[in-house]
Amino acid sequence: MTDAVQQRIAEIVGGHDVVLFMKGTPLFPQCGFSSRAIAILEHLGVGYDTVDVLQDQAIRQGIKAYSDWPTIPQLYVKGEFVGGSDIMMEMYEAGELQQLMTDQGVAPAN
Amino acid sequence: MPMAAADIADMIRAAIPDAQVEITDLAGDGDHYAARVVSESFRGLSRVAQQRAVYAALGGRMGGVLHALQLTTAVPN
Repeated sequence: MTDAVQQRIAEIVGGHDVVLFMKGTPLFPQCGFSSRAIAILEHLGVGYDTVDVLQDQAIRQGIKAYSDWPTIPQLYVKGEFVGGSDIMMEMYEAGELQQLMTDQGVAPAN
Repeated sequence: MPMAAADIADMIRAAIPDAQVEITDLAGDGDHYAARVVSESFRGLSRVAQQRAVYAALGGRMGGVLHALQLTTAVPN
């Protein structure tokens, strides 16, 4: 793992309020877990950006080291790792994900 | 080579001895599982920390040989 990749990831994570590292795109997710993560973000109605790890092997491996988390998707809010799709679902069902977005001042989707 | 449900449960219990582990084979194909892990050792830990403990128990298989494991963690009621 090169520092350059970690640096790129840090810039992506730091440069977006809400960013999801996923397999595929919001319109064409390539994995059920990524699909579920997108559905949750859509339900929340917040603005978000995505990174398709299938387009970049260095990011795909690097993001796992960055967060010490072995799976994708991975959600980051205001630079902090929140969790994968299971945690997103648990938090969503408990109302905690909406609360987090509100607390962090995340803007609604346009 | 997929993992058997019993092997997943054994690895989790080996690392987290008090864990109650329920594994569901979601697709019946031995490759898509849901696991619910309940342990007193999770008390006070964030969800991320709880899941990291389970991933650690699986010794790097998560995201590799085990690609589809839906995971929920909890402390006993």
